[in-house]
Amino acid sequence: MAKHTLSVLVENRSGVLSRVSGLFSRRGFNIDSLAVGVTEDPEVSRMTIVVDGDDYTVEQVNKQLNKLIDVIKIRTLEPSESVSRELALIKVNATPANRTEIMQIVEIFRAKIVDVSKNTLTVEASGTNEKVTALEDMLRQFGIKEIVRTGTIAIERGNKYIKAGNNEE
Amino acid sequence: MKLTGAQVMVKSLELEGISTLFGYPGAAISPFYDALLDSTLTHILTRNEQGAAHAASGYSRVTGKVGVCVSTSGPGATNLITGIATAYSDSIPLVAITGQVQSDLIGRDVFQEADITGATEPFCKHNYLVKDVRELPRIIKEAFHIAATGRPGPVVIDVPIDIQTQEIDFKYPKEIEIRGYKPNYKGHPQQIKKIAEAISIAKSPLICAGGGVITAKASDLLTKFAEKCGIPVVTTLMGIGTIPGDHSLNLGMLGSHGVYCANYAVNNTDLLILIGARVGDRALGTTGKIAQKAKIIHIDIDPAEIGKNVSTSIPVVGDVRLVLEDLLEIVKGGDTKQWLSMVLETKQTRKKTIDIQTKNVNPRLVIDSLSQKLSADAIMTTEVGQNQIWAANSFIARKAGAFITSGGLGTMGYGLPAAIGVKKGKPESTVVVVAGDGSFQMSMPELGTIKQEGLAIKIIIFNNSRLGMVRELQKNRHNGRYSQVYLDSNPDFVKLAEAYGFSAERITDNSQVDSALDRLLADDKTYILECIVDPEEATV
Ligand SMILES: Cc1ncc(C[n+]2csc(CCOP(=O)(O)OP(=O)(O)O)c2C)c(N)n1
Repeated sequence: MAKHTLSVLVENRSGVLSRVSGLFSRRGFNIDSLAVGVTEDPEVSRMTIVVDGDDYTVEQVNKQLNKLIDVIKIRTLEPSESVSRELALIKVNATPANRTEIMQIVEIFRAKIVDVSKNTLTVEASGTNEKVTALEDMLRQFGIKEIVRTGTIAIERGNKYIKAGNNEE
Repeated sequence: MKLTGAQVMVKSLELEGISTLFGYPGAAISPFYDALLDSTLTHILTRNEQGAAHAASGYSRVTGKVGVCVSTSGPGATNLITGIATAYSDSIPLVAITGQVQSDLIGRDVFQEADITGATEPFCKHNYLVKDVRELPRIIKEAFHIAATGRPGPVVIDVPIDIQTQEIDFKYPKEIEIRGYKPNYKGHPQQIKKIAEAISIAKSPLICAGGGVITAKASDLLTKFAEKCGIPVVTTLMGIGTIPGDHSLNLGMLGSHGVYCANYAVNNTDLLILIGARVGDRALGTTGKIAQKAKIIHIDIDPAEIGKNVSTSIPVVGDVRLVLEDLLEIVKGGDTKQWLSMVLETKQTRKKTIDIQTKNVNPRLVIDSLSQKLSADAIMTTEVGQNQIWAANSFIARKAGAFITSGGLGTMGYGLPAAIGVKKGKPESTVVVVAGDGSFQMSMPELGTIKQEGLAIKIIIFNNSRLGMVRELQKNRHNGRYSQVYLDSNPDFVKLAEAYGFSAERITDNSQVDSALDRLLADDKTYILECIVDPEEATV
């Protein structure tokens, strides 16, 4: 099993997300993460889907997604030729005694503290899925109260891009 | 021209060339039914919405048009579901129109509200909930386009009642632009060349034809291709009729319920050419394990079918008809003489002589004699169970479309309502339904529709007082521990027929078959022939 990142352009309409996610459950595919947002064209949304599976699964995911009328285009992103990021907000227990230590860890990961209370710190981190996971692991010793992760978003490097029309490079 | 949404729906159907639709009214679709009164459309009132969907499917399968079925919201719409799923499994183009509660009440669990777009999403090609009456013409246009093109399938349009009463300036769109939907029709020439090469060196090539050949109207080309290259043909359940049933190259149906010589050929081929067949598990045996020694060619309009259940060495995505046209231009058959004589010998030696010593009526004998009596343009629909398999293996379908069955979903209760659609679509053809006593009772009320429409449909019920197919499964797989397969209180089917004003008779012995079939076919109305079958009678 390996992780594969698909970049999927879809019509920005209600019901599309449920069609896509429904397809995954119905066909028994494993979604690792799914992130959706509108693109430069307000009628088009982009989904970044991370799938866990072998080549057969990825090919089937691709073909089955392509059958959905609202799916405009799909591209499998090569890790070496794309940039991927995930955003996380992590609320961690903080006491006067360990506050500094937490801040140092946050510093090392180039994350940010975005909220403070008497006994918590909320950390904002972005980076590859692995980096966010590593930070989460480091913070776990202090006791994590809550965590929110967006799932991966990814884009191809350089001049390559996917467009809803036919003019792609 | 100012029209209400309901009038738009009716007008759009007319502009789509629809003449006949099947449905059942209710409050949430009442504006549509009102508008229907001022139209040229013929509406057939079935006795259950499921019947409407199956009838639309049967209609579509013989006319090549998109079948249309209509229901009200909530229970009407949920009754359609099995019909929609059935059509999806067999790639039948349908447009299902459902009424919906008022837009601003959606999501509040009001009277007769059901989320039909959510419910049908996994088994329709596409669906729409209409939120703005101005979108209605575009949506209907798109729905028909999507249903009929590429790999056909059902499309659902859910129309809230207030949308049906609002007015717009009606203009039906001429063009469609759906950027995410561009079926690929033309097969890749390089791939087609590879097929021709593979055929030229194959020693024991075999064609497996599925329902996609019928959809593509390519059965004439398929036959020509088989003849030109000397390649024998096996069919799937949905592919029956793609090559005439009495053609010498036709080996019959493959799979777990298929015939020996078809499976023998599949196991011994070195080049399996799958055409418009999705190679479902009943055809394959174990998924993925078909013709293990063979190179596999797969031609299909739906790219997702290729590689789904079997790995393929030469995939071709395209319309079967166009691909076969291109292939026929360049293909030259190899030397298949030895292979042919081998498989045809198997066909001869294994051709079961029908054992008329069996108790009661032998269903194979019935279908066999019936085949001899029917003309080439007769159409058979079936229910599901042993009856379906007996029919599939003994009926001689001389033309594509002569055998109509629920292949993919295996829906009991399909055959009778499908026959209503078939008869409506092809009134000049003799239409025969083959049913089990269990399946027949799933759609029995549709006899009322048949009566109301004055249709002449020939119904053969194989009555074994059992859910035969399940009984057989329990015998073989559960050591004969029979659970809930006894139909001990079947109605008197003959009296039932008479209650509807139809003629009927019951036979209990093989000696009665021939003359009973003559009476069945001679009657100019609907006729029920009940054949008492030994409950122990096996499927294959
Ligand atoms: C709607 C539906 N329910 C259940 C089944 C499972 N099933 C398949 S065959 C069969 C028995 C059919 O019995 P009958 O119609 O009497 O036909 P026979 O097998 O006896 O010819 C059943 C219950 C089905 N295919 N469809």
